[in-house]
Amino acid sequence: MIPRWPNRDTWFLIALGTALGGYVLLILAMLVVDAAHTRFDVIWRAVHDPDILFAVKLSVFSCTISALLSVLVAVPIGYLMSRMRFPGRTLIDVCLDIPIVLPPLVIGLSLLILFQTSAGRALESWFQALTGSGITYEVPAVILAQFMVACAFAVRTMRATFDQTNPRAEQVALTLGCTRAQAFRLVALPEAWRGVVTAGTLAWARALGEFGPILVFAGATRQRTEVLSTTVFLELSVGRLDTAVAVSLLMILIAVLVLVLVRRWGALGEGAR
Amino acid sequence: MLRVSNLTVEAGTFSLRDITLHVPQGSYAILMGATGLGKTTLLEAICGLRRVTQGNIQLDGRAVESLPARERGIGYVPQDLALFTTMTVAENIGFALHIRHVPASEEQARVQELANLLGISRLLERMPAALSGGEKQRVALGRALAAKPRVLLLDEPFSALDDQTREDMYALMRTVRQATQATVLHVTHSRSEAQALGDCRFVLDQGRIVEHTHPAPSTAI
Repeated sequence: MIPRWPNRDTWFLIALGTALGGYVLLILAMLVVDAAHTRFDVIWRAVHDPDILFAVKLSVFSCTISALLSVLVAVPIGYLMSRMRFPGRTLIDVCLDIPIVLPPLVIGLSLLILFQTSAGRALESWFQALTGSGITYEVPAVILAQFMVACAFAVRTMRATFDQTNPRAEQVALTLGCTRAQAFRLVALPEAWRGVVTAGTLAWARALGEFGPILVFAGATRQRTEVLSTTVFLELSVGRLDTAVAVSLLMILIAVLVLVLVRRWGALGEGAR
Repeated sequence: MLRVSNLTVEAGTFSLRDITLHVPQGSYAILMGATGLGKTTLLEAICGLRRVTQGNIQLDGRAVESLPARERGIGYVPQDLALFTTMTVAENIGFALHIRHVPASEEQARVQELANLLGISRLLERMPAALSGGEKQRVALGRALAAKPRVLLLDEPFSALDDQTREDMYALMRTVRQATQATVLHVTHSRSEAQALGDCRFVLDQGRIVEHTHPAPSTAI
């Protein structure tokens, strides 16, 4: 017998569909009005502007470095927090979420103050001697500001990933002759591959959208520390709304391109296993 | 030979106390007991995955309770099998040999030998996700046997199988036992499983071994 329509399930499905449809519609509406607000010649001019071109290059470079650093740090932290029980674990867990809940400007301000302390200045001097570049108001500050927020999201993702993988497989590996490090490298990490790709993608996307901490800790100096998010701010502050929107569209295009590429690469890696 | 003497294991609020059992060389011992009474905890303690508070574990006369799991030479098949999902069946079975840097040709030969014994030769290139429940059991068994362990610990290995597959697995276990001469400690709820496979039986209750029986000769393998 065909169920009567509408029934209780129908209303539930309509509620789910409304939530999904409403949210997706809002996202698409934002993109459409952005696209409608600018003209192709403005976008064309923007991508040929040396300042904006520099911001594109620095954005891609800094986001990639901060995403790689985030994954490198998040994988061991996620594994440790998922698998081990130790005193102070709850406190550390709360600590790891601080960059997620803090206002981004506060993170930038905190980094700035940290690098004004004697320890921070010593670190900056050491870094200067090593690389020839300072940290504060330089490119490393852009990367550090992006990393501070992006890494927290990567840690959450990796922890959830390891929580969902079966620790029993690693235990069996121990009985088969593995050290803990081998069990991690040969069993846990390959099983967490999809999570590693997701953590890296999320970190990259967060880093691209980061604005507050970069503005405070690295500044927004043209041809020096300007990334796409700060370009939007700079263009808006001088009243060039068209260019700000064009740069925003450029950011969306780059973000979508990178996300699609990374997911495709992740799927290939998964298939190769 | 596996000998456990006066073993105490603390596992949160639960504890095993004063566990003593002896599984002679080449015997097939069955460990029974209701759910949640510590059978898995005992197996984990024997194979080195859980810290022992007190007591001794001896394998072939050698105390192993303070050795890490990798040095005990025990094969372990957990209840959920925990196959390595990113490896093929051949890689799963050869894992212990790969870790020991056994030459590839030797590893391949051992994998093939076990695959023949377990009847899974045609599955060697498959991934675990593409196997049936009975096939997964065979792979987990092959993986545990690859490095020729002194003792094999099986944690309710056939509990999720249908009757026919379970009967097949009993027959397979007899064949495996004949071929490997392994000493086995097998956890189960099933009396029929205990009768079909076991030489001796231990019953665990309230964190202690409360019964130790040798079945009539006709029920032994």
